[in-house]
Amino acid sequence: MGKLMALPIMFWLIIFFMLPFVFMLIISFYQRGIYGQLIPGFSLDNYWRFFDSLYLGILLDTLVVAFVTTISVLLIAYPLAYYISRLPRANQAIWLVIVMIPFWINFLIRSYAWVIILRSQGLVNTILLKLGIIDVPLSLLYNWPAVMLGMVYTLLPFMVLPLYVSLEKLDRRKLEAAYDLGARPWQAFWHITLPLTKPGIALGSIIVFVSSIGMFVVPDVMGGAKSMLLGNVIQNQFLSARDWPFGSAISVWLMILSAILIALYYKAMQWEQRLEDKL
Amino acid sequence: MKILRPLSYFIVAFIYIPMIVLMVFSFNQSRINAAWSGFTLDWYRSLLENRFVLDALSNSMLVASATTVIATIMGAFAAYGFYKYQFRWHSLWRGFIYAPLIIPELLMGLSLLILFSQFDIPLGKGTLIIAHVTFSIPFVFLIIYDRLIEMGKELEEAAMDLGASPMQTFFLITLPVLMPSIFASILLVFTLSLDDFIISFFVAGPNSTTLPIYIYGMIKRGISPEINALATLMIIFTIVFIAIAEWIRRKGSMKVNKTS
Repeated sequence: MGKLMALPIMFWLIIFFMLPFVFMLIISFYQRGIYGQLIPGFSLDNYWRFFDSLYLGILLDTLVVAFVTTISVLLIAYPLAYYISRLPRANQAIWLVIVMIPFWINFLIRSYAWVIILRSQGLVNTILLKLGIIDVPLSLLYNWPAVMLGMVYTLLPFMVLPLYVSLEKLDRRKLEAAYDLGARPWQAFWHITLPLTKPGIALGSIIVFVSSIGMFVVPDVMGGAKSMLLGNVIQNQFLSARDWPFGSAISVWLMILSAILIALYYKAMQWEQRLEDKL
Repeated sequence: MKILRPLSYFIVAFIYIPMIVLMVFSFNQSRINAAWSGFTLDWYRSLLENRFVLDALSNSMLVASATTVIATIMGAFAAYGFYKYQFRWHSLWRGFIYAPLIIPELLMGLSLLILFSQFDIPLGKGTLIIAHVTFSIPFVFLIIYDRLIEMGKELEEAAMDLGASPMQTFFLITLPVLMPSIFASILLVFTLSLDDFIISFFVAGPNSTTLPIYIYGMIKRGISPEINALATLMIIFTIVFIAIAEWIRRKGSMKVNKTS
């Protein structure tokens, strides 16, 4: 009797979570009719079509943007997480809440906040014009750096938390031992702290990277029409081009890519664990 | 190492300055220019008179309320079931419940759009609620299941040993312990639902625009200081909600630690 309590959730997730992806997979083998209707069938055309130089270029852009974003987020989040992990307990909680609050604020609003700052009549240009440093407004928005800035900004909390968790768990005695043996601070950091926080770095990076490759709102709001990422292409196939089969096929590619990355992460973690057990 | 502290303050400033700028400019008289031209509440006033905003707000509230009720009940029941009984493939099913957390939202929204169109289900508040419940379930389950695991089995066993019936045990012991996490998940799901854009964007019908979808439209159409006012209100409400949820969760956590 009691076991039935978990049934509704299972049914719900099978119908509204699993089934939709099954449909998406099926449709990815269909063809698009002239009016955007679905023509049932089985062909891999949509999958091959992705290997057009146009889409491969966008894939490359997406991967580069995701990579740069992940590295930048890591470089910003690490010192912050490190600082928080060294604070007294009570202060740690306060800092964590402060850093995590933006995570809950709509990221549409967070990206838009940058539009106010960067647009041609925005805060930065207004200040620079007033100070007489520039005569014409700079175009700070609707380009790749703006997209990258927006992604870094919206994804930062996802990195801080896993880093903090692994820095928190760090065995201080190992650092003390290193110092006793005459290590300089940066040596202790390089040989002790960094290797021991690898799991946090890997988890944060995988979350940020996977989130980046599926992103479409930030490029939409901050990148203008030129800065297209894979997410924007998928969205366009569904809403503008009305080519659902092709959009589904790209979605499946995206899912495969994400799955590979997550699987690699687990493999690396297992490998790391086995190495540790041996030592 | 000395540089860490100023650097951290700088990063926190980087996180907050854009939002503070947005909030400040919601009181700026100027329509297009970022230069300060005087304090005004005009944008808030016109916001409150904007029928589309009020419609979107009422849609958002309705969807969030329904989502909260459905997701919390289903999630809480499931969490209790998983805590109380051992299933076949127990951890596999549990992993399945968490799965919506890691799937890119874009793909979840699109796959639901496909499902609804295949079954000719008209897009509207109903489809929004279905979608929101789907992505909220893992959060409810996570919060309540964690709490149950933290509580352990001893408390319930002690009550039974002292002669309480299963019903009495549930209502006098388990439910009171769970109450804070149920409240926390109610607030959390409500906030998640109010805030969601990506999934809602694909499954909302033309007559069921939610606030975030309306904001997206405003951003796309061009700059109106009304967005600043609306965004400011949403930021404030989000912070208040999260603060209350966190406060309740901590209070409950402390209570149990004291009793156990």
